[in-house]
Amino acid sequence: MKVLVAVKRVLDYNVKARVKADKSGIELANVKMSMNPFDEIAIEEALRIKEAGKAEEVIAVSIGPSQSQETIRTALAMGADRGILIETDDEVQPLAVAKLLKHVAEKEEPGLLIVGKQAIDDDANQTGQMYSAITGWPQATFASKVEFEGDGLKVTREVDSGLESIQVAMPAVITTDLRLNEPRYAKLPNIMKAKKKPLEVIALADTGVSIETGLKTVEVNEPEEREAGIIVKSVDELVDRLRNEAKVI
Amino acid sequence: MSTLILAEHEDGALRPATLNVVSAASQIGGEVTLLVAGQGVEAVASAAASVAGVAKVLHADDAAYANEIAENLADLVLSQADSHEHILFAATASGKNVMPRVAAMLDVAGISDVTEVRSSDTFVRPIYAGNAIATVQSSDAKKVVSVRTTSFEAAAESGGSAAVESIATTAASDKVSFIGQELSQSDRPELTSAKIVVSGGRGMQDGSNFKMLDDIAEKLNAAVGASRAAVDAGFVPNEYQVGQTGKVVAPDLYIAVGISGAIQHLAGMKDSKVIAAINKDEEAPIFQVADYGLVEDLFDALPELNKALDG
Ligand SMILES: Cc1cc2nc3c(=O)[nH]c(=O)nc-3n(C[C@H](O)[C@H](O)[C@H](O)COP(=O)(O)OP(=O)(O)OC[C@H]3O[C@@H](n4cnc5c(N)ncnc54)[C@H](O)[C@@H]3O)c2cc1C
Ligand SMILES: Nc1ncnc2c1ncn2[C@@H]1O[C@H](COP(=O)(O)O)[C@@H](O)[C@H]1O
Repeated sequence: MKVLVAVKRVLDYNVKARVKADKSGIELANVKMSMNPFDEIAIEEALRIKEAGKAEEVIAVSIGPSQSQETIRTALAMGADRGILIETDDEVQPLAVAKLLKHVAEKEEPGLLIVGKQAIDDDANQTGQMYSAITGWPQATFASKVEFEGDGLKVTREVDSGLESIQVAMPAVITTDLRLNEPRYAKLPNIMKAKKKPLEVIALADTGVSIETGLKTVEVNEPEEREAGIIVKSVDELVDRLRNEAKVI
Repeated sequence: MSTLILAEHEDGALRPATLNVVSAASQIGGEVTLLVAGQGVEAVASAAASVAGVAKVLHADDAAYANEIAENLADLVLSQADSHEHILFAATASGKNVMPRVAAMLDVAGISDVTEVRSSDTFVRPIYAGNAIATVQSSDAKKVVSVRTTSFEAAAESGGSAAVESIATTAASDKVSFIGQELSQSDRPELTSAKIVVSGGRGMQDGSNFKMLDDIAEKLNAAVGASRAAVDAGFVPNEYQVGQTGKVVAPDLYIAVGISGAIQHLAGMKDSKVIAAINKDEEAPIFQVADYGLVEDLFDALPELNKALDG
């Protein structure tokens, strides 16, 4: 079985996003970019499945500008076997990403697709579910544990009131939650080795998939800043102010 | 113009989140229809019919909808999509699971976590953990949206008198089945709708120390939340997590204890009316958003706070 993993290049989670002066979006020139943290978890899970003997090959797929090759190289350094970049400089929304992943899956025929639950830039939380809808593969979202059981998978999911588990047939799509695993760091020799692993670059136009969308960003603004308040001297002062000034207790 | 909302319910009652979605739908304008799907949910359907602002309730009763399986719910929503221009969900774990499926099956964009309705086609939503606010406009024939519940008032549970109509059910997926759940047992109010939230972070050091927060929460009738670090360390279960990738809360009072205030945490609580923070590090970023900051060791401050609340 092959496992396909989607990895997105995003603004590093430690960098504070700055809105561009013309309100057209976020300043991404000369800032640190990294693999979406949920996608590191996705790669790690795929590698563990391979290491457990349940898969032969882990393929990392990214959609984005040429620099996304770095993100794929990170996945290869972690241990993925090869990479595919669908190259475009245009904004690609979740539905188009899902369609492009479907395009890759039709060729590669993986038994599993693992994606992050959410990209930390658009905060959409849509791609995995959309992929499931357009392929008919079952979805196991917000996964915190994945076990092979029978012909399919038993997946434990993080939901609002706790945990639940479902059984899904394969092929299936999994979206990763934070507690699924702790991603490994790429070791230096593996970073060197990753440079020699195959990375196929496909032009968006050659996929025949349309990324057109009816959803346009009109403008992007800074959020309202919250002003820092005061430092109180004691617990008694805190309680007094919450009671008599803010009147919230 | 009309809006279809997938209602959420639990233990025979509507979840509060659905009431917030009704308000968002009212702002869009047009007739509001609530879809109540589940097994043995007649009582939920009739409760839905009395929510203010709801014109119609669709009731689908089948085992397929008993456990919020996204595949089954999305197919049902889709069977009703023709007559609605807007299809709304709460941005809960369940709503987020279903919304993108419906959008994809209609071949339209999904619009996640909407915090403001500008017009029937223009919406506001936070991106980058709330460090930027995007205004988006949709020219799609149908707008498929999830609504951030803390950004909209709850509609009144009474005052409406909608007609309830039973609708044909759709087939259950044979590729997914529900096995079971491990729900947390708590008599505290629900995190996302509580008036007061007391949250602990890595500074709590240990799960057993959350007892101190529980005792304070008890006295304030508050819910207890946590940072990701506290959840990852196993102090408390996942459903306590507040933040960009956890729950979003906006209570009247949020008390952050032993939480540094990373942007991912702030994303889930900075719309609270009043924020108080207890942290022994005066440089902690949480103090930049706190209305009231106390620089003190939490192991001294919490017992004192517990006592002071009796006075
Ligand atoms: C993809 C991604 C998603 C994330 N999503 C979330 C999310 O949804 N929610 C979230 O919270 N985080 C999230 N994070 C994590 C976030 O970046 C921070 O790591 C996390 O919020 C830190 O938690 P903390 O404040 O409890 O721990 P720390 O940052 O370790 O802070 C602990 C604080 O406790 C104080 N302290 C320690 N001991 C005491 C004491 N005795 N008395 C008083 N104060 C004390 C310290 O001074 C310190 O400020 C996410 C990160 C990533 C990469
Ligand atoms: N441009 C992209 N390239 C590769 N993977 C992506 C891309 N966009 C989204 N994904 C995948 O889909 C997940 C969820 O993204 P989203 O639906 O945008 O929140 C991410 O964690 C990735 O695994």
